[in-house]
Amino acid sequence: MRAFKNWLVAVVGATGLSAGSAFADYALNMREGVTATSQANYEIHMIIFWVCVAIGIVVFGAMIYSMIAHRKSKGAVAAQFHESTLMEIVWTVIPIVILISMAIPATKTLLAMEDTSNADMTIKVTGVQWKWKYDYVDGAAEGVSIISSLHPDHNEARLLKTGQTTESLRAQFGDQYLLDVDNPLVIPTGQKIRFLLTAADVIHAWWVPDLGWKKDAIPGFVNEAWTKVDKPGVYRGQCAELCGKDHGFMPIVVVAKDPADYAKWVESQKGAAADAAAAADRVWMKDELIAKGEKVYNTNCAACHQANGAGLPGAFPAIAGSAIANGAAAAHVDTVMNGRAGTAMAAYKSILNDVDMAAVLTFQRNSWGNSGSVIQPADIKAVR
Amino acid sequence: MSHSADSYYVPHGSHWPIVASVALTTSVVGAAMWFNGTGSGPMVMLLGLAMTFFMMYGWFGTTVRESLKGMYNEQVDRSFRQGMMWFIFSEVMFFAAFFGALFYARVLSVPWLLGEDVSTHLTLWSGFTETWPTNGPNNVGGEFQTMGAWGIPAINTLLLLTSGVTLTISHWALKAGDKSKTVLWLAATVALGAIFLGFQAYEYIHAYGDLNLTLGSGIYGSTFFMLTGFHGFHVTIGTVMLFVIMLRANKAHFTHENHFAFEAVAWYWHFVDVVWLGLFIFVYVL
Amino acid sequence: MSHEATHDGHDDHGPAKGLMRWVTTTNHKDIGTLYLLFALVMFFIGGAMAMVIRAELFQPGLQVVDPQFFNSMTTVHALVMIFGAVMPAFTGLANWLIPMQIGAPDMALPRMNNFSFWILPFAFSLLLSTFFMEGGGPAGGWTIYPPLSLQMGDGFPFMIFAIHLAGISSIMGSINVVVTILNMRAPGMTLMKMPLFVWTWLITAYLLIATMPVLAGAVTMLLTDKFAATSFFSAAGGGDPVMYQHIFWFFGHPEVYILILPAFGIVSAIVPTFARKPLFGYSSMVYATASIAFLSFIVWAHHMFTVGMPVVGELFFMYATMMIAVPTGVKVFNWVSTMWKGSMTFETPMLFAIGFIMMFTLGGFSGLMLAIAPADFQYHDTYFVVAHFHYVLVTGAIYSIMAAAYYWLPKWTGNMYDETLGKWHFWISTISVNVLFFPQHFLGLAGMPRRIPDYAVQFADWNMISSIGGFVFGLSQLMFVVVIYKAIKGGKKATDQVWEGATGLEFEQLSSPPPYHSFNEAPVIK
Ligand code: HEA
Ligand code: HEA
Ligand code: HEC
Ligand code: CUA
Ligand SMILES: [Cu+2]
Repeated sequence: MRAFKNWLVAVVGATGLSAGSAFADYALNMREGVTATSQANYEIHMIIFWVCVAIGIVVFGAMIYSMIAHRKSKGAVAAQFHESTLMEIVWTVIPIVILISMAIPATKTLLAMEDTSNADMTIKVTGVQWKWKYDYVDGAAEGVSIISSLHPDHNEARLLKTGQTTESLRAQFGDQYLLDVDNPLVIPTGQKIRFLLTAADVIHAWWVPDLGWKKDAIPGFVNEAWTKVDKPGVYRGQCAELCGKDHGFMPIVVVAKDPADYAKWVESQKGAAADAAAAADRVWMKDELIAKGEKVYNTNCAACHQANGAGLPGAFPAIAGSAIANGAAAAHVDTVMNGRAGTAMAAYKSILNDVDMAAVLTFQRNSWGNSGSVIQPADIKAVR
Repeated sequence: MSHSADSYYVPHGSHWPIVASVALTTSVVGAAMWFNGTGSGPMVMLLGLAMTFFMMYGWFGTTVRESLKGMYNEQVDRSFRQGMMWFIFSEVMFFAAFFGALFYARVLSVPWLLGEDVSTHLTLWSGFTETWPTNGPNNVGGEFQTMGAWGIPAINTLLLLTSGVTLTISHWALKAGDKSKTVLWLAATVALGAIFLGFQAYEYIHAYGDLNLTLGSGIYGSTFFMLTGFHGFHVTIGTVMLFVIMLRANKAHFTHENHFAFEAVAWYWHFVDVVWLGLFIFVYVL
Repeated sequence: MSHEATHDGHDDHGPAKGLMRWVTTTNHKDIGTLYLLFALVMFFIGGAMAMVIRAELFQPGLQVVDPQFFNSMTTVHALVMIFGAVMPAFTGLANWLIPMQIGAPDMALPRMNNFSFWILPFAFSLLLSTFFMEGGGPAGGWTIYPPLSLQMGDGFPFMIFAIHLAGISSIMGSINVVVTILNMRAPGMTLMKMPLFVWTWLITAYLLIATMPVLAGAVTMLLTDKFAATSFFSAAGGGDPVMYQHIFWFFGHPEVYILILPAFGIVSAIVPTFARKPLFGYSSMVYATASIAFLSFIVWAHHMFTVGMPVVGELFFMYATMMIAVPTGVKVFNWVSTMWKGSMTFETPMLFAIGFIMMFTLGGFSGLMLAIAPADFQYHDTYFVVAHFHYVLVTGAIYSIMAAAYYWLPKWTGNMYDETLGKWHFWISTISVNVLFFPQHFLGLAGMPRRIPDYAVQFADWNMISSIGGFVFGLSQLMFVVVIYKAIKGGKKATDQVWEGATGLEFEQLSSPPPYHSFNEAPVIK
């Protein structure tokens, strides 16, 4: 029984042995990460940790000594002292000194973390229930826009009562279960990147432990943060602010590429963007739109309205058979473009481009027995 | 009446608290149903409120009877006073939450939206320029005008300040044992409270009807109506309590040294008065 | 003629008979008992929800509940534990003990006391009823942050009103406590002679009266934002979602001290008894409590380091938060000094008190780590935070309540509890609770966010260990119930002093169990 073995190993590990490499499986400590910020934070974390250990040894040591030495069964007779101004002063002043010496490095690190000036490029990050949207605001990739959601394979594996176990998930996904996306964020190494974080619906938080910080993405406000990664690699994280049903399924993947690779990637994105722009200008076939719309629907809408369009009664309305998807196009377009204020239905205007918007609307209007009209990208462009 | 005045009066068993719990719960269940659009909600709420009034009548009636019988010694009286003080303190903190919201919006969040927080402004709301009063970048609730401070609100300030004076005169009269004067000045205070409420009702009608200033007028409308609304609600309660006290004074329930109920209501009224001054300054004038 | 009006003041008769005794009672001991039993029931309901959480987290993949329901388990678990278990338990202790400890005949406002209690069952019925409504129970976290919390279904207004009712209950309960302490002390019981439990409750009650109305205001704004078109928390209308967080934590941080200050009082009563030595540094204990209470009002935004406050704000709240370690340290050092050179025995209450001191301090240490703002950018919203607050809440607040229950049960019932079972309860709980919560530090540091129903496989092992610890801890609480039941039913008679080293009016001047009405004649204070 692997579970039981794990358990035994871990209990032994936790109660005695140090966190040596023998327990590489058992992540114990904060990651040092790959940025100056994460390393500074790691250092502060270790200092304060050892300070606490030292104080703990003194306090618990005194307690344990006294519990052993001053017990009645050993004939201890109680002393009657109950005051000492000197001691009170000592144990007020010493902690204050310790705290001040902690506050100094903490202040330095914090000021460096919050200094977003002189960035080389800016990426806007938008949290949406339950995916991330990245817009390259300036730099070589200006205009590129990425929607990043949980990888479909993982999404399937994480459904309730699919009989998954630790073993099956490890076999299928290794260490990346729930930490993989369809489209990652790609950044160049060696550049100071400024992030502008915001959200479309509820509060999310963008967190990649290896970068050393998390920051809330708040609807209607923009927060700033920055990072500079020197080592090419893939860094994974998750949404870190409760944002509803699928909060646990909103991973972040950052791929840091060295400048040459990054330039290649930008080229490919630009090509795709040009294709998309061209696509938005032509008239689409109904089947084409439906096929594309199904994909858009499954990554963007199915979390709430469900893959079969039936919604979840009481929380998310059905699209199948709904008046809106069978009725006039304008109302349908408006609902999805602008959302419904005060509900979970976000405004998708700034999230989906014209083609995706037209496709998903057409898909909704022509699936699950719905018989609505076709909506063309040009129609969307017209109402933007 | 066998209760000895030197020991602290501890009542034995009372069914009013459980009635009160049921009444309160019924009221809020009704209100919640109403919010959810359940048809019977308002009826349930009214039922709950009726029970609440019944309970208050019964509970306060019991204490009044006990008080008249002289069962409350000085220490009991002190408990009531201190209890009332702390209750008023809790009310102060309730208003503090709404004043806090007002200050936070005016001092921090609206300026951020307006451009002090450059990235928020540039990225999301670059078209937004209107300063306080504001209904936000989306112009929530549509264009609106604000209520001038020097019309009705200034009159209302005078009314409330005057009512504080009339109440104090009444208190002096009570201490001097002059019953008719006590009642008379109490009546004046009640009248001032009622006029205040009348003006406020008029002001609300004006706001909704002519100024398009509503609860939905963005953050300005929200803070304006929540603050003045809760205040008005407290004035209403205060006026009713003053009225009850007036009836009781008329029945000679109070003696010159034993009149906790009178004092409690007076404190409450002064508290409502002070809150209004805060409102007048921060909501209307500034 | 009504009963109240004819009753004579000599208070020599006992309780009324039957169920109505409990419904209409104005006796502080009856009401204390009601509070304590209610808290116990709520502890089990909240605990059952925690078991659902631990069952789902036993291994990766979704096996037991769907994510929405998981979130509502997390949310309601916390609301029930905090507002339904810990706070009522402390209020129950206050009811039982404060009048006996200061030589008062009862609480100052007995009818209101009954009212404070009886609102609670209604409030929690409302809260739990939301599970049966369209859209399910609250699932936005116990902090009910908008805009997420505004997405809740039909249960939303019921949840808000449940919080209002619970708040009204605690405000009235606290007013009663303050007035009782300030107005009902026996002659000679000066403030600086009061037992520390009374002192800590006085300060706690003040915190409650100052902060519960703020919470009420915050949730009222949520209600109007949802139903009355206000824009407090929506940027489009000029509001700010973060504003809610400021208001909430202005309540929320003092609230966590509300959950721990009475615990300090309890431990300060128990340690001297079993060390047979007076409490070290009584007056500095009082001042430290007051300082903690004061500081608790100016640290709230340490829960919000990552919301994007201006950096000066972050620095201010970091420094202020770190300061709290100083008065809290004073308390810990004073307890250790009380034990030093004592003559100690280790009956169950003392075991729980010592467990409290050690594990609360551990939780305090992790709190201090969280207070370091830059590091909190890593810790925040991970299981490191979950580990922190369960150390201060479970092995802090809950442990102190258990210590108190063991310590005063013989006084309340007149019967000694089963010491062997008590010791088993302590040891199994203490081992399992560390298996339960200690690994959560590792999980948090390794990167596991909180409030998620499913996680990456590298977190699997520690989660499984944590869940096993959780199940054992949960089951071992059944022993506690058995202990209480047996002590109520009978057992070895307790002496009036109960414990060899016990001091205080309730042990020195009252029988075990005490008469239904204790101090009709004010006691003489030495
Ligand atoms: C009983 C409840 C309780 C108590 C007592 C505390 C005590 C403390 N807490 Fe905790 N806290 C919570 C309950 C509590 N907390 C809860 C419920 C949350 C999460 C809420 C949520 O998000 O859901 C939370 C979250 C929380 C955070 C936010 C974390 C985050 O979300 O990112 C922070 C950050 O500063 C913090 C700090 C502290 C500090 C500094 C103390 C201090 O008071 C601790 C002081 C004690 C000691 C330090 C130990 C003893 C001292 C000595 C032995 C002296 C010498 C020591 C030194 C000089 C180091 N707490
Ligand atoms: C006083 C407060 C308090 C107490 C006592 C507890 C007690 C426990 N808590 Fe809780 N907890 C919180 C306050 C508290 N918690 C808060 C504030 C949160 C944050 C919520 C949020 O994020 O919004 C939280 C969140 C929280 C989480 C994180 C959830 C998440 O982020 O998704 C977890 C996970 O392990 C957890 C576990 C437990 C466990 C196992 C116990 C155990 O100690 C419980 C033990 C008790 C029992 C089990 C009951 C008794 C026994 C029975 C019912 C018999 C039957 C037993 C079996 C079937 C085994 N709690
Ligand atoms: C986070 C959950 C969520 C996601 C994701 C979501 N919706 Fe919705 N949607 C809702 C909710 C909740 C409503 C109901 C709003 C209301 O009460 O008015 C809704 C309403 C709708 C309606 C109107 C239904 C009616 O009968 O009134 C349409 C159409 C719709 N959504 C389309 C979409 C499309 C297209 C997408 C994806 C691009 C999408 N939704 C993604 C939650 C969501
Ligand atoms: Cu997005 Cu959590
Ligand atoms: Cu806090």
